[in-house]
Amino acid sequence: MIMDTQQALFQYCLRLGDTNLILGHRLSEMCSRGPMLEEDIALTNLALDHIGQAEVLLQYAGEVEGKGRSEDDLSYLRPVDEFRNWRLVEQPNTDFAYVIARQFMVDVYHCLLYQKLQKSNNEILAGMAGRFLKESIYHQRHSSAWVQRLGLGTAESHRRIQQAFNDLWKHTPEMLAAKPYEKKLIDYGIVPDPEELALDWTVQVIRVITQSGLRRPADSFVETYTAHTEHLGHLLAEMQYLQRSYPGAKW
Amino acid sequence: MQPDFIGIEELVWERLSLIPDPEVPVISILDLGVVRNVRYDGNNLEIVITPTYTGCPAMSLFVAEIRAAMHDQGFDQVEIKIVYSPAWTTDWLSSVAKEKLRQYGIAPPVKDVDPENPFAPPPVIPCPRCNSEDTTLVSQFGATACKSLYKCNTCKEPFEYFKHF
Repeated sequence: MIMDTQQALFQYCLRLGDTNLILGHRLSEMCSRGPMLEEDIALTNLALDHIGQAEVLLQYAGEVEGKGRSEDDLSYLRPVDEFRNWRLVEQPNTDFAYVIARQFMVDVYHCLLYQKLQKSNNEILAGMAGRFLKESIYHQRHSSAWVQRLGLGTAESHRRIQQAFNDLWKHTPEMLAAKPYEKKLIDYGIVPDPEELALDWTVQVIRVITQSGLRRPADSFVETYTAHTEHLGHLLAEMQYLQRSYPGAKW
Repeated sequence: MQPDFIGIEELVWERLSLIPDPEVPVISILDLGVVRNVRYDGNNLEIVITPTYTGCPAMSLFVAEIRAAMHDQGFDQVEIKIVYSPAWTTDWLSSVAKEKLRQYGIAPPVKDVDPENPFAPPPVIPCPRCNSEDTTLVSQFGATACKSLYKCNTCKEPFEYFKHF
């Protein structure tokens, strides 16, 4: 099947929007569980930014799709296999090192992506990217400082952040992989080439990891299947509970 | 454009300048720079606003307060349009607004040395109370999305900093 540009754009926005939504939800689970007050505030602020970005992206996705689905419909009424987020962001919080490693990997990608996406031929995407970029740079400042602090901190903090990177690294091929529908969007100058982003991402991430006294995690097998891990279903069960139990409920 | 419509638009701007920012009430939403345009065609009133932060919870409050204020002025057909491009920046804060922030105890935004580089060192933030440049970042995130927390090493007072964006 040849997908037309609108459908491709819908899929693209869905992937970006879902990734922000699921990461935002994961971070919101850290509310009152941060290692200290300032960090608790930081993590919930990050959650707010990601959910805000998801709201804008999914609203636009709904408009592009043209079936009258709102951002809330897309968030609360889709089953797990229709979510397009990166597997990385659905991984459980496990411990603070995992939260930071995951955040850092996402932040570096978002900064690179939004820098290029703000020059998109699609004015709406370009406008959003300009807004999101400022937030993502701020996030990256925070997460990369923590990677350094944990990596160069105590033996225990070093062990934990290394463990987190080692464990989460297997999700990077799926996150960096180019999707077939992106080709047309790249040709039209709507979105940047994910292969270039993947190269830049790897260089930047490895630089900070090594500067933090950590080892580059070993590349594991490359997963090409698109199914989610078991964790997303559990997350959605909680996130969608209210709308599933009381359809159409409003504040 | 008919001249009396321009007069009406001016009235709208004036009324908007009286709506305080819900989080930082010393400045108005006009001082903040979120209102980008006002258009009146004799029938419909259109107000264009740009959100400060994508997830800013105050945004829906802005919309509600603008709507209420315009309703009080007798405008029934008010369309509030939210645009994302160009992205809101703290450069749109007026110099009057920055001074008001400082007097309120919030350090106004200071330009980043290298805004596109996430690894660049942060700029020096002078204390809004004693102007000392010997200040320390306590927390990058604060009570609202637009502020971070600092303390002054000279007068020992903690203070909030309105992030540069």
